[in-house]
Amino acid sequence: MIRVTRKVEFCASHYYWNAEWSEEENRRVFGKCANRHGHGHNYTLEVTVEGEPDAQTGMVLDLKELKDLLQGEVVERMDHRHLNHEVPELAGKIPTTENIASVIWDLLAPKIRSGRLQRVRLYETPELFVDVCGATNGAGPKP
Amino acid sequence: MNSNGTKTVQLSRRYGFSAAHRLHNAQFSAEENQRLYGKCANPYGHGHNYVVEVTVSGPVDAATGMVANLTELDAFVQREVLEPFDHKYLNEEVAEFRAMVPTTENLCREIWRRLKPFPAARLERVRIEETSKNSFEYEG
Repeated sequence: MIRVTRKVEFCASHYYWNAEWSEEENRRVFGKCANRHGHGHNYTLEVTVEGEPDAQTGMVLDLKELKDLLQGEVVERMDHRHLNHEVPELAGKIPTTENIASVIWDLLAPKIRSGRLQRVRLYETPELFVDVCGATNGAGPKP
Repeated sequence: MNSNGTKTVQLSRRYGFSAAHRLHNAQFSAEENQRLYGKCANPYGHGHNYVVEVTVSGPVDAATGMVANLTELDAFVQREVLEPFDHKYLNEEVAEFRAMVPTTENLCREIWRRLKPFPAARLERVRIEETSKNSFEYEG
């Protein structure tokens, strides 16, 4: 089993706010992340696909396809956008790194045609990242 | 991957502290220490900028969108690890390392022990970068 990882970056703004809470509660829980004007990050996304290399090509998957998939599904949706207002898949969700990574998993998993999506890792800063792992492509639970 | 086939989400946070240590076992001869530990056994110790990567898991809270509140995690790590270890000589100033060689393997286990009681999420992994070339992981 070989794992192949491709990295992309996107720059986006966001803020953390729960509309059902008071301003005081939002500021208490989210601190300066609750600034309603928003703030920004250079996000780094690492997408890992695992599988067996094809006997003829020697590849788990065509990296050009993966590159185009990340461009279309992630970068074009999120790069230079305000995540609270401009990404329909995040509507109704607080755009934490956890929720963004989870949405990215849901966008990519059905579209991996060779191998299986093993992990989505999203860095909000170099010191903070989230990993999402799960079953996809009807492959069943990973032991 | 959890048992009902849904996604698992893990949050990782990196922290740094600077500390000195010496790799030396008093039960060994000087020659044996030198053979085992090389220049890491030098008598005055040496230092590292350690990077500790703490990984926790749990459900994503529907109200906050978070596995754990970073302010709580940061405060816990600060109190349990960073304050006792930062700018210290581990062999002399951390009680657990008076009887245990402060290799980064043992540092992983000790930091795991200190962080395991974190109440808000499940501790999954402690990873420590001793240098840019050496890293160690412990998953309990």
